[in-house]
Amino acid sequence: MSSDLSTSVSLRNRLVLILIGGAAILALLLFFAIRNYATQVAQQGQDNIISASVTSILDAAAIRDGIVEVDFPYASFSMLSTAFDDQIFYAIYQDDIFLSGYERLAIARVAARETDFKTVDYLGSQVRVVTASRTLIGKDKRTQVRVALAQTQDALSGTLTQISRNAAVFGASFFALATLLSFWATSNTIGQLNRLTNSVTRRGPQDLSPFHKPVPSEMLPLVTSLNSLMSRLDHSLKQSEDFIAEAAHRVRTPLATVRSYAEATLQRVDKEENRQAMRSMVRAIDESSRAAGQLLDHAMITFRADHLELQDVDLSALVHDLVERLKPIAEMKDLTLRLHSDTQVPYKGDAILLQNAVRNLLDNALKYSPSEGVIDIQVTAKPNIEIRVYDSGKGFPKDELDTLATRFKRGLNAEGTIGSGLGLTIAMDVAVAHKGMLRLSNKAEGGACASLLL
Amino acid sequence: MRIIVTLVIWMLPQLVLAQAWEDRRVFENESAEQTLRIISSTDTALFAPIIEDFLSKNTGVSVEYLVNGTAKIDQIFRADPDKFDLLISSAMDLQLKTANDGLALRLSDVAHPSWAQWRQSLFAFTSEPAAIVVNKAAFADHQLPRSRQELIEVLRARPDVFRGRVGTYDVRQSGLGYLFATQDARASETFWRLMEVMGALDIRLYCCSGDMIDDLSDGTIAVAYNVLGSYASVRVENEDQIEVILPSDFPTTMMRTALVSNDAPHPKAATEFVQHLIRLQSDHPKGVFLLPSLKTQDSDVDRATIPLEPALMTFLDNLKRRRFIEEWENAVIQK
Amino acid sequence: MKFLLVEDNQELADAISSRMRLDGHVIEHAANLADAKAFVDVGEYDLILLDIMLPDGDGRDFLKAHRASNHDTPVIVLTARSQVSDRIGSLDLGADDYLTKPFDHAELEARCRAVLRRKTGKTKTIIELGGVVFDPLAGRLSVNTETVNLRNRELRLFELLVNSPGQVFSKQKLSDRLFSYDDDVSENAIEVYIGRLRKHLENSRLKIVTLRGLGYRLDHVL
Repeated sequence: MSSDLSTSVSLRNRLVLILIGGAAILALLLFFAIRNYATQVAQQGQDNIISASVTSILDAAAIRDGIVEVDFPYASFSMLSTAFDDQIFYAIYQDDIFLSGYERLAIARVAARETDFKTVDYLGSQVRVVTASRTLIGKDKRTQVRVALAQTQDALSGTLTQISRNAAVFGASFFALATLLSFWATSNTIGQLNRLTNSVTRRGPQDLSPFHKPVPSEMLPLVTSLNSLMSRLDHSLKQSEDFIAEAAHRVRTPLATVRSYAEATLQRVDKEENRQAMRSMVRAIDESSRAAGQLLDHAMITFRADHLELQDVDLSALVHDLVERLKPIAEMKDLTLRLHSDTQVPYKGDAILLQNAVRNLLDNALKYSPSEGVIDIQVTAKPNIEIRVYDSGKGFPKDELDTLATRFKRGLNAEGTIGSGLGLTIAMDVAVAHKGMLRLSNKAEGGACASLLL
Repeated sequence: MRIIVTLVIWMLPQLVLAQAWEDRRVFENESAEQTLRIISSTDTALFAPIIEDFLSKNTGVSVEYLVNGTAKIDQIFRADPDKFDLLISSAMDLQLKTANDGLALRLSDVAHPSWAQWRQSLFAFTSEPAAIVVNKAAFADHQLPRSRQELIEVLRARPDVFRGRVGTYDVRQSGLGYLFATQDARASETFWRLMEVMGALDIRLYCCSGDMIDDLSDGTIAVAYNVLGSYASVRVENEDQIEVILPSDFPTTMMRTALVSNDAPHPKAATEFVQHLIRLQSDHPKGVFLLPSLKTQDSDVDRATIPLEPALMTFLDNLKRRRFIEEWENAVIQK
Repeated sequence: MKFLLVEDNQELADAISSRMRLDGHVIEHAANLADAKAFVDVGEYDLILLDIMLPDGDGRDFLKAHRASNHDTPVIVLTARSQVSDRIGSLDLGADDYLTKPFDHAELEARCRAVLRRKTGKTKTIIELGGVVFDPLAGRLSVNTETVNLRNRELRLFELLVNSPGQVFSKQKLSDRLFSYDDDVSENAIEVYIGRLRKHLENSRLKIVTLRGLGYRLDHVL
């Protein structure tokens, strides 16, 4: 039934996609935020150290005997050691005159108490240059000492690589965790739906009672509508069942009355033509009531076959009961019913349907067997689970063996026998519903054989 | 910088001449296709076995080994970095600056502990402490000094014996001498007092360790300060004449370093030579590697070894150097 | 035999009753469950014929109550409803058999006989006449010491004759009793069964006499 419904994108996939997509975007944002922040912090760190170094150099500047001396401490450079052995370059200027260091290092103009930070290329690699100045006051002059200190950024980029890797790992773990969580959350949510679906599917075809198990509040409207739908369905099913029963009652009761009267009248009528008329009347009544019965049965069987209720059945006992019940009718025609059955033939099937199928086969056998004939019924468990009914009648017409089980078809040789023709159709439908088949054949010595292979 | 430039200009005519070198030897391989030019401050005698070992394993290479003082090779190399493959020197500060200035090739496939290399371009392969080396004859009946302080006392006690018979590097000429002096000065004031005492005793100043050790072994001087002890032991023919004293107050340990020129004509062979050096110092085969191997970084040695770091460039700063030399001259040359 | 018929349709009830009486049974009719209860409380019945759909309730409830109060009177349910749905329910509730309306009276008779055969002791219904002992429920006919089991049609034929000895039955009447309407039998077929009965009765004092043009009569020869 579900294949008839067109499906839009699965709820689970949609949820998972949204959650995972969100997690991926979050993870990426997280990664870039961390890296960006780390870059700033790392650059800040490098700037701080270079600044400290510059300050220590400037602090060492002094005028001695009118000459500027910069006796900076060993620590000025020592503090710039990094694990990546970054190169350092520096230049010391007095006013605009180069004093010491690397002459070609570009040096920025800076006012007193100002520090300039720049990233430039020097000797083919990218360096961070920090420039600061200090004004020295001698006996008779003021002079400005400017110091530029540059450091390559190997350690910085090393740190950044490390942090990027960590951030990537962190982002990936976050993503993995979020993905796991989304799968969990999704399957948990969908699980509620599945549970409801299961409890609907697990129900027997006749169970239309409302659901009482607690459901998540979001699903309450669905379940409420489902319950209301089922109660309406239940109601209308009961109504139609009642209607069928009532209809059958209404039709059959007057038929029964008429038939009884016709029979009674027949007892008193002597004129042959009147008797013939009465007989025809009774026959017509029988035929119509039988047709009505079989139509109702067939409808019932079609309904049950759609919702097959499989239960453990002992076919041997089932057929035995049927044979017992039909014995009085057989006796009326002086027919003998012989049951040959394995002691137990366990099978999983719908007892009511199977009973109906076998009864129809037996009805046919009773109908078509000549007086004082014998009907053999075999129930076997091996090699196949099979119920066979042999009669001693005329057998099936040869050229109709294949089409006989089609609805409303009666055998050509069925003249003078009452029956609507649905019997074999019912048996066939039941067999097919049980994934079996109905096989019709004629015995070599005469008589029909109907075999229900399950 | 300007000084270096002028020095280079002054030295150019000398460079052209072979006699500009303290020593020069070519180690030939018959099937050699290339000649590795190594410029070094280490005596040929100490390096010859290493080079020969290298040649035996690299038959396609010959080696030209050129020796001069640390300051001089620095100048020569900076003037023509494309004429030399390797620069080997004991002046760690000059070496580091060379590397810092981007003149050294970064060798990515040389495995070496981080403390013994800088920027994958400067590789240390020996640990050599600076020592007080004395001629035993001068201390016949006297206690040998164990520290700088004791040396000061010894010198003061017998000024007439030591007058004119104490020696050390002329830091103005020797790169290694300048390195040792600056590191000593950084460590303790004792250095300046010692310099003053030695200056008062008409100290003899040497440009190069060779001369100083020669003078010590023949008794011209009785005390040599800040000489490489191991170096002395190898150079002096009769080891019994001298005593190598590692000052107990604060030993200063230098690491000899090698770098490959960024413009090396034969970078591949040069790299292999560095790898060879490093392998030898760790295997330390007798008779091949005559220099002391790198000391593992533990306790005393750790503190004493001059770290390979940019701070080494501090005293190479013009202003700092000018001031240091001024102070040193004041202490040593008392006129 | 005393039957109780519980059936709300008056015409059908009359038809069934008259046919039953014709067979020599006593039959009382209740039109609803209340009457039926009253009848059952007062009288004893050999068999109850019970309709399911009654104006004052469901016949199955009556059946349930009847069985609950330890009555073991056999019950045959008459139903006009679908065969599939009613069958199992009524058998489970304790009905001995059921019959779907409209029914062949012969089938009703056959089912009644089968139910009574299962439930009732034989002594009650045995007929003795002219050296013949006849058990209509078991279908046994004994002449002197010789006993035969009559086949169903022989049995029904004999039952008809033995209930009214000396009465003439036309061929038509007899074949109406013996054959159902869907059997297309000739009137001569009855002669086969008459012949068989005569053979069984050879050594007794009962004789089946043929009255040409009129029919047959069972005579007790003294």
